[in-house]
Amino acid sequence: MTETVIEVRGLRTQFGTHVVHEALDLDVYRGEILGVVGGSGTGKSVLLRIIAGLLVPQAGQVTMLGTDILHGAEAAQAAIGHRIGVMFQDGALFSSLTVCENVEVPLRAIKELDPATREALARLKISLAGLPWSAGDKYPSELSGGMRKRAGLARALALDPEIVFLDEPTAGLDPIGAADFDLLIRKLSKTLGLTVFLVTHDLDTLHAVCDRVAVLAERKVLVTGTMEDMLKVDHPWVKEYFQGPRARAAQVPQAAGTS
Amino acid sequence: MAVGSISVNSSTDGTRAALSGRLGVADVMQVNRALKGVPDDQTLVLDMAAAEWIDTSIAWAIGVKQQAIEAAGGRLQIDGALPEARQLLDTVFAALPKPDAAKADGGRPSLTQMLDRVGRSIAGAGGVLAQSLALLGMFLSRLGHSVLHPRDFRLTALVHHCQAAGLGAVPIVALMAFLIGVVLAFQGSMQLRQFGAEVFVVDLISISILRELGILLTAIIVAGRTASAFTAAIGSMKMREEIDAMRTLAIDPVAALIVPRVLALILMLPILGLIANLAGLIGGALMAWVELGISPAMFQTRLIEGTDVKHVFVGLVKAPVFALVIGIIGCQAGLRVKGTAESLGSMTSSSVVAAIFAVIVIDALFSIFFAQIGI
Repeated sequence: MTETVIEVRGLRTQFGTHVVHEALDLDVYRGEILGVVGGSGTGKSVLLRIIAGLLVPQAGQVTMLGTDILHGAEAAQAAIGHRIGVMFQDGALFSSLTVCENVEVPLRAIKELDPATREALARLKISLAGLPWSAGDKYPSELSGGMRKRAGLARALALDPEIVFLDEPTAGLDPIGAADFDLLIRKLSKTLGLTVFLVTHDLDTLHAVCDRVAVLAERKVLVTGTMEDMLKVDHPWVKEYFQGPRARAAQVPQAAGTS
Repeated sequence: MAVGSISVNSSTDGTRAALSGRLGVADVMQVNRALKGVPDDQTLVLDMAAAEWIDTSIAWAIGVKQQAIEAAGGRLQIDGALPEARQLLDTVFAALPKPDAAKADGGRPSLTQMLDRVGRSIAGAGGVLAQSLALLGMFLSRLGHSVLHPRDFRLTALVHHCQAAGLGAVPIVALMAFLIGVVLAFQGSMQLRQFGAEVFVVDLISISILRELGILLTAIIVAGRTASAFTAAIGSMKMREEIDAMRTLAIDPVAALIVPRVLALILMLPILGLIANLAGLIGGALMAWVELGISPAMFQTRLIEGTDVKHVFVGLVKAPVFALVIGIIGCQAGLRVKGTAESLGSMTSSSVVAAIFAVIVIDALFSIFFAQIGI
């Protein structure tokens, strides 16, 4: 838990005159599952996109796996690309490819693989993400929202990344599907040794999955810590969020069956 | 990336394979080949004591080998795996995918399947035609309703679409017709000069533009420009369930979306045709002046004397019909869009093709009709 895999320092993001992040610092440690929460419009997804290299902030320093992803050499940044995986909110699967072909896309970067092995590995990732074999031959439009998220996760895991970014993994899922997805994230993170950076609104996910929580508010990371730590924080928004009626409801099953 | 290797030693009492170093997806072919070389029906000992790290692809290769060995009655024994690797192997072994039953129709399609496909697409085309006629009927009924209840009519939408489909198309239509006039005058003068009949170039330009080309090319441009816009707009509303939302709010989508669009096109296309006619004549007159020395005044005199006004009406009377067909095809394709962005794209392109095709077919029918009644 000591090695820092993502280090964000003094981040400043601005769209026009609207400042999203100001002097934002954040550390993510190897092997942990970090949940990022915050009100709508506090820039959670923006932060994810910056760390994943999809957006360039106005100022600041982002170091991932020892590489400066904002100012480093292009080749080094491309190499980092193979060591991270991103799951977008609705999967962001390529609609013209089947699920299996979608998962094969990142595997094509490995020149040594022959097509049969590539397909077999893609099938394995689809199975690891909890989808049946038949889902691999379907097109994204033929899948339900939950299955698309799993397929997106399978694609994010295709290259055995060290860090996985999940953008609202349980948004739009029914409670059973969301709980299954939480378990899946937890299980894969532990067995594959993944570091997970997770943006969510879902208090159940925070309770069930996250080792640590980072709260975005007032343009920076207000506080980080375990769920227990969050209850002690004396800040109106954090109190409202973690001790509101929905938060209390989410704690009940957790207290009953902690595993 | 990862640096690792596999070595295989065979002896009388079985085979020993040793993994070492860090093995990743780049090594999977090598590992797979080495493991495939080991016979399935004996004991294979896999020594992983020197393997620092493996990823899921290596675990997959081991898992596949284990399945093959167990099926052949042999045994795979894994020694010395680190706890993390052991955990990974267990997860991957549990997840090894099994194909469901037989894979559905692979390989080449049979003759029956191809005939089936042809039959379905022909029946589908018939269905589309029927749907278009149904939409035409709905359009007329809602239009009739609007005439009887003028308060229900959406005047703002009509004006908006008149601007988008009419005013917005003026520059491109005028430029296109002007250039067609120029080309006709140039080509006509080249040919007619051989007979010393240069002055007839005025008749050539005026009759061909007023009767056919002005309105036909305008309709084709509008089909490309506006039919696609109608399909894209209505299709994206269909995709985002806006049309369903309208129905639940007791707003009739045909009256709200389709009547203003088609009516705007019916009003605008004759005007665009007229602009095209003027621009074409100006282009022709300019070229005739430059190329043949026919002054604008002479062009005007010759035009008024030699060309009957009926040609203008023969041309413009087609415009509302073209507009109706383009509008109905564009809107109908929009309503046929399914939930995906792909179907929106394919419907947009097919609506443009269908609209241009329909315009040309209808133009041919008009030509036959006018020839028969002798105008």
